[in-house]
Amino acid sequence: MTLLTDLAGALATGQVRVVDLTNTLRADFPVIVLPPEFGQCAPFRMEKVSRYDDNGPAWYWNNISMNEHTGTHFDAPAHWVTGKDLPANTVDAIPAQDLIAAAVVIDISAEAAANADFVVTRDFLEDWEAKNGAIPLRHWIALRTDWYKRVGTPEYLNLLEDGVHSPGPDASAVEFMVHDRDCVGLAVETVGTDAGQAFHFNPPLPAHSILHGNGRFGLQCLTNLDKLPTFGAMIVACPLKIEGGSGSPLRVVALIEGEAT
Amino acid sequence: MSEPLIPPKKKDPLLNTRAGHVPPALRSRAAKAMAARAGQGRFVLQACEDCAHVTYPPRDRCPKCWGALTWQDQPRGAVIEAETTIKASTDLFFRNHLPWRIGSARLDAGSMAIVHLHGDVNQGDRVRMEIKLDRGGNPALFALPEKETLNMADDPQLRVFTADPKYRRILVTDGRGPVGQAVAEALVKAGAKTVFLGNNDRLMRYPGQEQIEAMEGIEPVPLSIADSRSTEALAAQLGGRVDIVVNTAQHTRGGGVGFGGKLSDLQTGLDLEVSGLMRLAQAFAPAMSGRSDDGTNAAAAFVDVASIFGLSGKAGYAGAAAAAAARLSLIAGLRGEMAQTGIRVMSVLTGPIDDAWHQDIPPPKTAPVQIARAVVSALQQGQETICAGQVAKEIFGRWQADPLLTIREETQ
Amino acid sequence: MSARVKPYDGAVVCAPVTVPYARFSPESAHWWTGRALQALSQQTGLKPGDFDGFCFASFSSVPDTVVGMVQHMGLSPRWMDHIPTGGASGVMALRRAARAVQVGDAEVVACVSGDTNQIDSFRQGLTGFSRFSQDATYPYGFGGPNATFALITDNFMREFGVSREDFAKLCVAQRTNALSNPLALMKKPLSFEQYVNARAISDPVHLFDCVMPCAGAEAFIVTTPEKAQELGLSVARIAGTIERHNAYPEDAVQTRGGWGCDIDELWAAAGCGPQDMDCLQAYDDYPVIVAMQLADLGFCTKVDLPQFITENDFTIPGSLPLNTNGGQLSAGQAGAAGGFQNVTEGLRQILHCPLGDQIPEARRALISGFGLVNFDRGVCTGAAILEQEVLR
Ligand SMILES: [Zn+2]
Repeated sequence: MTLLTDLAGALATGQVRVVDLTNTLRADFPVIVLPPEFGQCAPFRMEKVSRYDDNGPAWYWNNISMNEHTGTHFDAPAHWVTGKDLPANTVDAIPAQDLIAAAVVIDISAEAAANADFVVTRDFLEDWEAKNGAIPLRHWIALRTDWYKRVGTPEYLNLLEDGVHSPGPDASAVEFMVHDRDCVGLAVETVGTDAGQAFHFNPPLPAHSILHGNGRFGLQCLTNLDKLPTFGAMIVACPLKIEGGSGSPLRVVALIEGEAT
Repeated sequence: MSEPLIPPKKKDPLLNTRAGHVPPALRSRAAKAMAARAGQGRFVLQACEDCAHVTYPPRDRCPKCWGALTWQDQPRGAVIEAETTIKASTDLFFRNHLPWRIGSARLDAGSMAIVHLHGDVNQGDRVRMEIKLDRGGNPALFALPEKETLNMADDPQLRVFTADPKYRRILVTDGRGPVGQAVAEALVKAGAKTVFLGNNDRLMRYPGQEQIEAMEGIEPVPLSIADSRSTEALAAQLGGRVDIVVNTAQHTRGGGVGFGGKLSDLQTGLDLEVSGLMRLAQAFAPAMSGRSDDGTNAAAAFVDVASIFGLSGKAGYAGAAAAAAARLSLIAGLRGEMAQTGIRVMSVLTGPIDDAWHQDIPPPKTAPVQIARAVVSALQQGQETICAGQVAKEIFGRWQADPLLTIREETQ
Repeated sequence: MSARVKPYDGAVVCAPVTVPYARFSPESAHWWTGRALQALSQQTGLKPGDFDGFCFASFSSVPDTVVGMVQHMGLSPRWMDHIPTGGASGVMALRRAARAVQVGDAEVVACVSGDTNQIDSFRQGLTGFSRFSQDATYPYGFGGPNATFALITDNFMREFGVSREDFAKLCVAQRTNALSNPLALMKKPLSFEQYVNARAISDPVHLFDCVMPCAGAEAFIVTTPEKAQELGLSVARIAGTIERHNAYPEDAVQTRGGWGCDIDELWAAAGCGPQDMDCLQAYDDYPVIVAMQLADLGFCTKVDLPQFITENDFTIPGSLPLNTNGGQLSAGQAGAAGGFQNVTEGLRQILHCPLGDQIPEARRALISGFGLVNFDRGVCTGAAILEQEVLR
């Protein structure tokens, strides 16, 4: 038990710090917008049940409702048709062991700032590895775009007349992450793991398709990826245990090592 | 001519607000039946099924032969035989509105009535009668000049029976769609001081946005009636100065009940249209009620634009029709509540709107401008229920004649 | 008119009682009714068990009718009646009680009217006054009877050339009469100028055209001549009566009352005419109704009204003493008791026991009642001629 005792000590001293990667769940937080003919993602809603009033004199509580993919949320493999027949593909079935994993952060914030439609390719990743070192196996691969800084502005969803414009990977990159680096999943600050224009990619929506088809997870609408080191962060991402659920809003935190205070 | 209404000054914060009393509200069942018809803008009196005698005040049997009475549309003409100007009243509402003119009218339809007089009407005049609804929702015979006179709608006695948009501040809940935009524009043109135009997602552009938001008198406000916090936040900001609320929110999606309907669409629709209406009412009704007799821009009306299929159901649009039905039910309940406080609650019934969500329905459909016209007209006339466009009128007529048959026709 | 009305032989009227009015009273109609019965008892020595007939009128006894009142007052009558006709209730009580006594259904009938006037009870009373008022009159500005009678007055003045000056003469004369009545609520003289310059209430109705609602009670006894003699009471006989309801519904605005239907029978039964009357106690809630009665009862025609009013003096010493106690206009209107005070005052004048000044040698009184504005007009009318029979 020395590992956890050490961890507890490090948390107490601040040698290990906890970074909140979660956006606040609120009614006006944007959700993914699909073409009108499809069913839509329900935004977060909250109805007061009582607040120290005639409905409950000493207590305050709310009923809440939302989609499984509202706000900062987790995508299980069953979310995509490619993952529909995998074992343990829903949030309730995912082994608890998989809910905590190390993360590698790939910073594409400069590229994304220059081009909202920036696409991460296998070549880009291999270049990145050449400069930064190999992406370790069984890690969350986090794409830092600084997109979270756009929350509260139209540029977060960035929905123009020709669709959404936000960065993401192409098929080659996702294949590389899954098959060559055995990632736990892809973690992003944008509303989807796929690029905004990925519907027009060939194959379309490669992140969803390939990640989930291979039993990997997605984390979306994260914040603060710029606060994480390239290597060495540990992500704790525990979705609600919804029976047969395709995903879940959740509180995502990262543990990082720092200086003791 | 009537004195033209002058734009109200800002209110002296030290003055008490005049309490929103309603005129005496006790009525017979027959008078309520009259109100139900008057609310549709009809001029009706009871006629005997046996001897055709037309009678007033509302009775339960014919005074000529004791035959059964039915409500029938009647000629609107009348002559004022006598008049008086009431200068003293013990009633809490009328005391605040003296002097008040009434007259004895000989109705062309064949009986006498005591009636409210427009300022341009005098003893001996031929007049055009309307049955208005008073602030408590009760029928009120009102004598108007036979021909339009200058500033006729500004008559202070008439304004008590209407919710005229002139100089009023109006909230239109959903400005993102063509209906809300058309309604807002029409209200501005009808003299509204300000139209607060709701936008449920200020981060997302919408068609027509630049044009409508640039229009003088239009003030965009954040409002999602699907979200209690948003609704409460706007009410906290505007509740004390919104005189009229017009709810144009709609969520029409196709689909049946057992076949093709999507529960998620139903849920969203019910939440927006039904829960949304209740959120809106709870947020705005109390403050409006407190200002229902507050001078020229007193709070006056709560208008809900809902689908006529709420009455009948609609094949292929089961969920949307169910939401509309629930809406009509809530509106009826709200009307009863607001009748205690002097705020008119009005229903504008629409046919299938000529928008992207009704592509599968063949024309004729209801154009947003027709809805806008109906909203303005209902407010100007003080009319409780109004049909926007021919489709709604036709279905409403059939429904009144035979509700069960209309339900079959519209759902089979 | 069909069958000839039978005379009232065997019934006499006596013991007029007026309980002093109060502008407002915290007491109930029951209290005022009991107070009137007590006054009857003090005048006659009769106890509750001695009354075998009870005729009752009130607007404010709700929820009680005559039934509740009988038990409340400890009466055990073998005949009773409830008269809900306000300003016509006195004449109607008189007629009914007289017939009951005449045929032996009762021997001693107490006719009592009592009403209270609590703060705000006038407004509340109006709100639910009648089905038609509630549906079709009061919601129109809620001017109460003032507004309804204003419409009648407006039309009447135009139709017959009657002026406010004519009404002034009637009202000023009644006030003059009231000054000798110590129980009258109005105690100051009213000048012609004050009348004419008074503020409008609902034009053409002005302040002094309106009565002052108050609390009070009125009562009298109808019994046999034998019983009255035994009790030592002065009595009057009933020379004739009429009653009519909802007359002339075809008139657009009311210009006449139901008296017109039956007036000839009244004078024929009494064997005399208007010129033989020593006083007229007429319903006076608004002078237009007094003027209407002058014509409908046969004193003159409608178009001659201005001239008739000009030529007559309506004070106690005058040519046609009118409402000699001051009437409701000057003595106060105690609800339904306002419809009884014409009977009690007429009776007092011919029995020579007035509250105020006596009309010299008065022997005959014409009593006229008018009641219940159900919608746009008074529905109930009645009249009676009382003649002095025995002074004791
Ligand atoms: Zn009939």
